[in-house]
This record gives sequence, C-alpha cells and structure tokens, in this order.
Amino acid sequence: MWTDFPLFPEQASSFALKVDGIYFATVLLSVFFAALVSVLVIIFAIKYRRKSPDEIPRQIAGHIGLEIFWTAIPLVLALGMFVWSTVLYFHITTPPANTLEMYVVGKQWMWKLQHPEGKREINELHVPLGQPVRLTMTSEDVLHSFYIPAFRVKKDVVPGRYTSLWFEATKIGSYHLFCAEYCGTEHSRMIGKVHVMEPQDYQNWLTGGVANEPMEVAGERLFEQYACHTCHKVDGKGRGPSLVGLYGKSVGLEGGGSAVVNEAYIRESILNPAVKLVAGYKPIMPTFKGQISEEGVMQLIAYVKSLKAPELTSVE
Amino acid sequence: MAIAEQDGNASGYAAPETNYINNGYGLKSWLLTKDHKRIAVLYMISISIFFAVGGLFAGLIRLELLTPQGDFSHSDTYNKLFTMHGVVMIFFFLVPSIPATLGNFLVPIMIGAKDLAFPRINLLSWYVYIIGGTLGVIGILAGGVDTGWTFYTPYSSTYSNSNVLIVAFAGFLAGFSSILTGLNFIVTIHTMRAPGMTWFRLPLFIWAHYATSIIMLLGTPVIAITLVLMMLERAFGFGFFDPRLGGDPVLFQHLFWFYSHPAVYIMILPSMGVMSEMIACISRKRVFGYEFVAFSSVAIAILGFLVWGHHMFLSSQSTYAGMVFSVITFLVAVPSAIKTFNWTATMYKGSIVYNTPMYYVMGYLGLFLVGGLTGLFLSNMGLDIHLHDTYFIVAHFHYIMVGGQVMGYLGGMHFWWPKISGKMYPEALGKASAVLVFLGFNLTFFPQFVLGYMGMPRRYHSYPDEFQILNVASTGGASVLALGYLLPGIYLIWSIFKGANAPQNPWGAKGLEWEVADTPPTTFNFESTPVVTEEAYQYGPIEEH
Ligand code: HEC
Ligand SMILES: [Cu+2]
Ligand SMILES: [Cu+2]
Repeated sequence: MWTDFPLFPEQASSFALKVDGIYFATVLLSVFFAALVSVLVIIFAIKYRRKSPDEIPRQIAGHIGLEIFWTAIPLVLALGMFVWSTVLYFHITTPPANTLEMYVVGKQWMWKLQHPEGKREINELHVPLGQPVRLTMTSEDVLHSFYIPAFRVKKDVVPGRYTSLWFEATKIGSYHLFCAEYCGTEHSRMIGKVHVMEPQDYQNWLTGGVANEPMEVAGERLFEQYACHTCHKVDGKGRGPSLVGLYGKSVGLEGGGSAVVNEAYIRESILNPAVKLVAGYKPIMPTFKGQISEEGVMQLIAYVKSLKAPELTSVE
Repeated sequence: MAIAEQDGNASGYAAPETNYINNGYGLKSWLLTKDHKRIAVLYMISISIFFAVGGLFAGLIRLELLTPQGDFSHSDTYNKLFTMHGVVMIFFFLVPSIPATLGNFLVPIMIGAKDLAFPRINLLSWYVYIIGGTLGVIGILAGGVDTGWTFYTPYSSTYSNSNVLIVAFAGFLAGFSSILTGLNFIVTIHTMRAPGMTWFRLPLFIWAHYATSIIMLLGTPVIAITLVLMMLERAFGFGFFDPRLGGDPVLFQHLFWFYSHPAVYIMILPSMGVMSEMIACISRKRVFGYEFVAFSSVAIAILGFLVWGHHMFLSSQSTYAGMVFSVITFLVAVPSAIKTFNWTATMYKGSIVYNTPMYYVMGYLGLFLVGGLTGLFLSNMGLDIHLHDTYFIVAHFHYIMVGGQVMGYLGGMHFWWPKISGKMYPEALGKASAVLVFLGFNLTFFPQFVLGYMGMPRRYHSYPDEFQILNVASTGGASVLALGYLLPGIYLIWSIFKGANAPQNPWGAKGLEWEVADTPPTTFNFESTPVVTEEAYQYGPIEEH
C-alpha cells in the first residue's frame, strides 16, 4: 500500500506508522474542508453570476444558528486533533525503561557519537534492530537539531544543556541523518547515515576493529585525573556524597526540594555544582566548567551510571 | 459635464480639477507631505522596490536548488541569500505591505476623516522605515548577513562572521516604523470616525486594521528589545543568550517568537480585511455574519499572543508548556474557519461579477485554505516533531504570507487602483496576472509540502538526490510566479500614463471611499464631513434571519 509510495520517507521506526497515521487523517480532514469550501465557492460563482449590471440580490445579514454550527464543528475537531496529537507526542518523547544509551555531541559541522561500549563514530550511527535506543545530546557551539526522517524523530541539540530522544528501529537499512536547525556555513553538510543492523551484527560491529575503551572506563580515568575521587569516596566518608547507586535516585537538596538524578543533573553537578546543593553538604565542589570537554562529561556520566549499589549490602 | 466628456467618461462623473495627486508638484511636495494618501504612495513605491529585491534573492535561491550539489553559489553566499530574502521580505515588505499602503490610504477615507490622527508621525514612520531600509541595503552591500531572518542565538550573537549588527538594527528601525503606524491607526479609528460611523458600521477592512494595529503596538517593542539584547551580546559580550557567557539560547527564541508569531498575523489579518471588502463588492451583498467576521479578527490578534511556543516544541521547552501552546494554536483554526465560512456564505445568492478583483478573491480563497489547513499539521505536536524545520514549514508559511497577504495586497491594489491613481488598467491583463500568480504559486510551493514530509530540512544549500525532481518543479513554478508579479508592475504603471480615466465608483461598491470621496480623492478627502446613515455594505434592504 502507501507504505512503499516513493513520495514518503521510509517507515523504519516504531513511530513511523503512528505519525503517518495522524498525517493521513489530517490530510483527509484538510482535503474535505478544502473541497467543501472550494466546491461551494465555485458553485455559487457560477450559479449566482451577475445577470444584469443593475441586479441587486436579496441582502442576508447572517444566521446565528449557522454561526454556532460552523464555530462548534471546527472547535470540536480541533480539540479532538489536539488530544490525539498530544497522546502521540507523549509516546514519542517518553522512552521505555532499559533503553540502550548513546551519546551525541553536535558541533559545527559534524555529529560525534559515542557508544557506552566505547565505539566512537562521526556522522554515522550504528544501532541494533528492534531495541529502544536513547540518545543524550548536547552541542559544543551553536544550535543544531538531530533529525532522522525515516524514524520520524527530531530534537534540537542545544549548547549548555542536554536534550534527548529515543527510537526503536524496525527495518534493516541505512537512513538519512540530518541537522535540521540552521547552524552556519556547512549546515547542509552536517548530515550522515544511521545504520540499522541485526542485533548480532551490531554486537560484532561493537567488538570489531580497534579495541575500544568503554565509556565508563574512560570516565573512571577522568574521575581520578580530576581528583573527583578525593571527595567522592565509595563509602560516603569523603567530603562529598558517595556517587554509588546515585543514578535514577531522588536526592534531597539544601534549602528544601529534591531532584531526580539524570544525565542533566549530573552534568550540572559537574559544571555548575553550586546551583543544586545536596542537602547536608557545603558548596565546596569546584566547578569543572571549561576544563572537561562535553565528551569527557558524558564519559563521567557513564561512569557514575555504572556505579550500581551492591545488591544486598545496601542496608547499613 | 463638459469635463466628463473631455475625460471620455461614459458614466458622466465629473472629477474635481485638483486632487491629492496634482495638488502640488515637485519632489519636496511629496517628501514633506502630511497627506496620508501621498505617504501611502511613498510607501507603495518603497515597498515595491524591496519586494523586487527580495524576489531577486528568491530567484537566486531557486536557481541554486535546481541541482542537488550546491554548485551555483558558495554555501556562505547561499546562506546570505535566504537570510536576506527573509529579512527584506518580512521586515521591509510583508509587515508594511497592506497597512502602510492601502491602510494608510483608506483608513481615514473609510471612516470619513480628513487624515490620520497624527499626520506628522505618519510621515516620520516612513522616514524611519526608509532609514531602516537604507541601513539594510548597506548591510547587504557590505557583504550581507547569514543568520537566517530569525537571528537565532548563539549563532547570531557569537559565531556568525557577517554583518549581523547593522542588519538587526535595520530590522529594529523597521519595527519602530510599524509601531508608529499602529499607534496612528488605533487613535484615528477611536477618535476620528464621522458622525453616524458607529463601531458596527465600520467596514471590515477597518476592523482588520484595528486588530493588526494592536499587534503592532504591543508586539513590536518586544522584538526591538530582543534584537537589542542580541546586539549587546554580540558587540560587548553581555551574556544573555550564549551559554558560554552564562546565557540561555532558548530564552532568545521565547522573546523572538513572542513578537514574531503575532507578526505572522500582521502578515495575514490586513489581507482578510481586504478580502471582506472585495467579496462584498463582487457579490454585491452585505458580508454574511458581519459581527462574527469583525470579532474573529480581534480573536485572532488576541490568540496570536498566546501561541509563540509552537515554534519551540523541539527546543527543550517543557512538555506541558508545549501542550498549552499546541491547544491554543489549534484554537486559532476556529476564527479562521469562521471567516472562511462567512465569506463563502456571502457569495450565496449574491450577484457575482467576473472582474479582476473577483479573480484575485478566488485565488486568495484557494491559497488561504491550503495555508490555513496546513497549520493544523504544525500545531499538532506529534506531527511537528517530524515536520519542524523542514520544507513543510516553508511551504505552509509561504501559503499564508505570500498566498494570503501578497495575494490580498495585489488584489486590493487592483480593487482600489482606480481610486488611488484615477486610472483603469486593462481588465484582461489583470485577470491573466491573477491566474498566473495562482498557478505559479501552487507549482512553486505545493511540491515543498511533499519535500517536507519526505524529510528535506529547510535552509539546505545542497541536498540528497532524491529531492531533486520536486525542487525542479518548484523552481519552474517560481518562474511562472515571477511573471505573474511582473505583469501588474508593468500594466499598472502603464495605466498611469495611458489608462482610461476612472469613474468615481467603477465597481459600484459601497463605502465612503467609493460613494462620497472623489476619484482620485481631494487632499482633505471630503468637502464636508460625511454623515453616515446606514450599515456597511448595504447594497439593498437588509433581512435578518
Ligand atoms: C572538593 C571536593 C569535591 C571534588 C574535587 C568533587 N566534588 Fe563533586 N561534590 C562535592 C560535594 C561537597 C558535593 C555535594 C554538594 C553539591 O551538590 O555541590 C558534590 C556533589 C557532586 C554530585 C552530586 C551528587 C549527589 O548526590 O547529588 C556529583 C554528580 C558530583 N559531585 C560529581 C563530581 C565529579 C564528576 C567530580 C570530578 C570531576 C567531582 N564531583 C569533584 C565535592 C567535590
Ligand atoms: Cu545545522
Ligand atoms: Cu507562530
């Protein structure tokens, strides 16, 4: 059917069918109203064509019932569309648990991608078929936007903060990766390919080639290099809190409130530690702004995420 | 009678010997004029020049996109072309297009006033516009600017190596000129209506301009301040938007769109006013549901201030904020639908004449329908993820701003041209231009909807091969469109010298400008202040249902 219609991008993710569904519904609705009005206008233009130069038609001021009718119908339809689109939006922006985590840094004019296992790529992204993948993204310079038309996903990549998107590829193949937010001279060359592979091929690809240092290992090295470990001890007896089992937890903040530990929180803790102080601690952590690259920060995050609380010894 | 025969005027209309055009000769009498009609003409000439310049840029863009490789110009050149196309068209053509020309000319006459409330401020607004325009041209000649007309930070404030400061300042000045126009219209409409011209007897053109003026007055200062903040960051390194300086790039987008979304309605509402006038006239009928059409303009203006976040669904704005912006954007469909249905109903059982204005009305309705309905795709958050920043958006806003406003502007020009110039243009050519514009426009922009859904991002200098066919179609359409725009330029100017003299009311239309004011109007529009005794568009006794 229209799945193979060449005027549409391929449907290669679990969202594609849903997005195309709402698209076609909106097309139908639009065609209906466009046709309705056009046909009426054309019929009126023909039927009520001026017959003599001094013809004066009967003047009709209006009709309140009609006004209510054609106010209510668009209103109801618009609200219905809104509900459908919002449900879809939540679906597209809410990743499931257990996603594969990958990291993206955009810069003028290339995409730098890291897999937790250590593989790094430029303007290319390899992903396994049928597994949800979540990208944590930031930019080193200006705004960019990460766009894979075949997956129907896109998200702005913003300097100074993390954004994320997720998808589940459903079809083997290579697809366009575009930068969709204008970013300067070579904006239109900030493009690449996303390769969807069988999970087994993906594993082989991950382990093939030059041996790569996994991100968490690189992160651990940075953790020592920047002396984070002098304050953040595993047993929590250092000057800073223990980072073991931190990821995903909700931490109480100095001055009330709490924050859920996600990538953005850890990034902020490293680059702007004073913004959210952990309850019971003093603002003694130095800022590492300008010292650690965006990729380094991502490696540190991968390391912190890898510090899982030991299964049974968590009761003290 | 003798004069009428001399003019070869069959209707026997005796035009007065002095009118606003021949009341004073020489450049000075024009450049220092306080007559709203002469200022309107000054604006007409200046925006036509900018339209030509912006159109030239568009032509070069379409040439580049004929082939996928990006071989016609360097990518920097291309980036400057689309930026300057946007800046020139939006700040120096579309925003002033109808209000500063037709609005300036007609608002006082339609309400029975001698002039606008502040004639000197009106002239000042033109000078501010011209200074802004000159700066813009200097910026272009000095090498141009490459940030996109949206001036998104931190690219504009830190990274771009082009003439951002001067061009942004030019936009800033253009903004002030429209603030002055808006202020003038609001005060005039409130205080200078002729006796008997109650609010609900105002032509719908006035309602549309009133709503537009509110946006100009309230929204434009915000963009002015935003541009200043961006310029301060660029010139002195104040950290407002660049995260490296402690700023927030998304903040810029909020401030920018807080103005620029309402500004989209500055670029469509006036044309809706024009259409209401023209549809009533070509159908010889009162506009159906007058009050609803009038209030829908105001509703659009108000809602327009609450939807800016729909440009930022993907910018890391919170999901719940996105939902609010999405639902309000969907609601904009309602007043737009009300207008469309009432226009259609106005034609029902009318007496429809097939003249040039009618052709433009038909074209407008067709293009506005497509433009408005495709808005539903973009207020839809789930779909917007895929469509945002693609050619779908480009197509959509051209349908609204070019298909709507430019079609309305040209249609209005053809409708009121006899009044403004005192001359008639060749009907056949007028109809031909409407048809050419309609066909050329659709051929240019309809393929872009498909390109957008296929995933072609906007502002791309080179693109993957599979997008070529549709791009070639689009470029072909642009050539037809260019012809359609060139044609009126030629025969309208021709008509000034060679056209037949226009009667007072060539279309048999209702309204003070047609029935009472002379053709062309005299300097103070009316010999004595007219007294209004009937509803707008009262072509015959009105029945209530
Ligand atoms: C001088 C001691 C010190 C050093 C060095 C230090 N930190 Fe911290 N860190 C702290 C303190 C104290 C806190 C708690 C107060 C706060 O939130 O700033 C903290 C908080 C954190 C948190 C938030 C923890 C939570 O429970 O929410 C993270 C994550 C973190 N640091 C990571 C790092 C990393 C990564 C480095 C090295 C690049 C580092 N820190 C270096 C003292 C330090
Ligand atoms: Cu880009
Ligand atoms: Cu908008």
